Amino acid sequence: MRDFGQNAAPNAHTMETLLQSLAEAWRLVSTGHDGLWQVVALSLRVSATACLLGAGIGIGLGAWLAVARFPGQRWVVAALNTLLALPSVVVGLVVYLLLSRSGPLGSWGLLFTPSAMVAAQTILVVPVIAALTRQLVGDAWQGQGDQLRSMGATPWSAAALLVAHERLSLITVLLTAFGRAISEVGAVMIVGGNILGLTRVMTTTIALETSKGDLPLALGLGLVLLAVVALLNGLVAALQRRQASPLKALM
Amino acid sequence: MAPMTTIPTASPTVPATQALVTLHQATVRFADVVALRQVTFSVSRGEQIALVGTNGSGKTTLLRALHGLLDGPGLDPATRVCHAPTRQAMVFQRPFMLNLSVRRNLQCALWLARVPQPERAARLHDALARVGLADLGARAAHTLSGGQQQRLAMARALITQPDLMFLDEPTASLDPNAKREVEGLMASLAAGGMTLVFSTHNLGQAKRLATRVVYLEAGEVVCDAPTQEFFHRPQPPRAQAFLRGELGG
Repeated sequence: MRDFGQNAAPNAHTMETLLQSLAEAWRLVSTGHDGLWQVVALSLRVSATACLLGAGIGIGLGAWLAVARFPGQRWVVAALNTLLALPSVVVGLVVYLLLSRSGPLGSWGLLFTPSAMVAAQTILVVPVIAALTRQLVGDAWQGQGDQLRSMGATPWSAAALLVAHERLSLITVLLTAFGRAISEVGAVMIVGGNILGLTRVMTTTIALETSKGDLPLALGLGLVLLAVVALLNGLVAALQRRQASPLKALM
Repeated sequence: MAPMTTIPTASPTVPATQALVTLHQATVRFADVVALRQVTFSVSRGEQIALVGTNGSGKTTLLRALHGLLDGPGLDPATRVCHAPTRQAMVFQRPFMLNLSVRRNLQCALWLARVPQPERAARLHDALARVGLADLGARAAHTLSGGQQQRLAMARALITQPDLMFLDEPTASLDPNAKREVEGLMASLAAGGMTLVFSTHNLGQAKRLATRVVYLEAGEVVCDAPTQEFFHRPQPPRAQAFLRGELGG
């Protein structure tokens, strides 16, 4: 028979450490630890920029795939859906190879800069945004395409109108993409280099501090990361409530 | 099934040379179901045509074929649709409104119809006034009642100043007041000489609004006659049976 009591002391110790770390993390966040907010700001800036760029590409691509008809379309859609599971370290590696000094874009001098991190995260979020947009616009096109065609809509104009029609759902898509971007660690670590004060973001800091054993700072950043996502969720929910109100349609 | 009698479909009131749209030998299949079976049909300027028949008789498919919305493998290659150079619009049974305001929905229709910018404001104002929605321009379209949405759909069609309007059961699933509003609007369009082709289950409505009634069954035109003739003279047995069932006579 196993002696469950053998593990009681280590478990209690782990719990105590966790609670202490959480308390310390809260203190760091509430008092404003040196560099913490700089890391948070850079994370938000990089991921938000990547999402904006990704939205420009992904919404256009997804809407086009939803309404266009061309040979091999099924294969393109299958490839896009496959890219939803694109490993971030693979993206990091490809961007690294492109931007490294001997790579085709090496002369741009972007490796180990926030721009390289934006590029990597953009590549990561484009498939997410495009695939979900294609699904949303495709469903609407299937159901209402005839009525739009009846009014003289071309596939392009119909896609534009359906994107406007589905804008609230697309905000949720962008939130999903932002979640993928800001929680990603592999690609930004490779192409950013985790340089303090230059390319260190929340996820790379958490990874570094955990490996150093500095759990309070890692946990503190984890809390901030969760708070950012919760805040965005709240904003989206408020926006959706406002838009759903009868007198608050997009005028 | 006994062979059906198909009455010649040339317009009874207007010379065929003024046909706005003509359908030749239209056959449409949806999987194993034949929705239209070798239908030849024309719509002349100034007519108000009511398509009547039971559910699944092919009314909506005929409207869509006339409007040019049918394509793909279901449409028989022998089918020919000839459109005179006219502006057409269609009002659907369940109109799709963009998740935008009433005014924006109409602006989108103007944009899609490529109406010149300087004309847009006046047309929008006129269309809203005509359907009695002038005070609701800022409302979100999806928050309108069923009758208001149907009137907005008609405004969206009217704003393009069509010569020919197709309406697919425009008063189905509306309450009596809303039905009256929509029917009143159709009557005013008809009085203005607009060419209308509408499907309906309401024979009273067909009697009030149409100059010509077409009875369809199982995808075939069984009877096509001027309204007075359709309701007051002997019709093919299937149409008679339909009339008896609908009118309780």
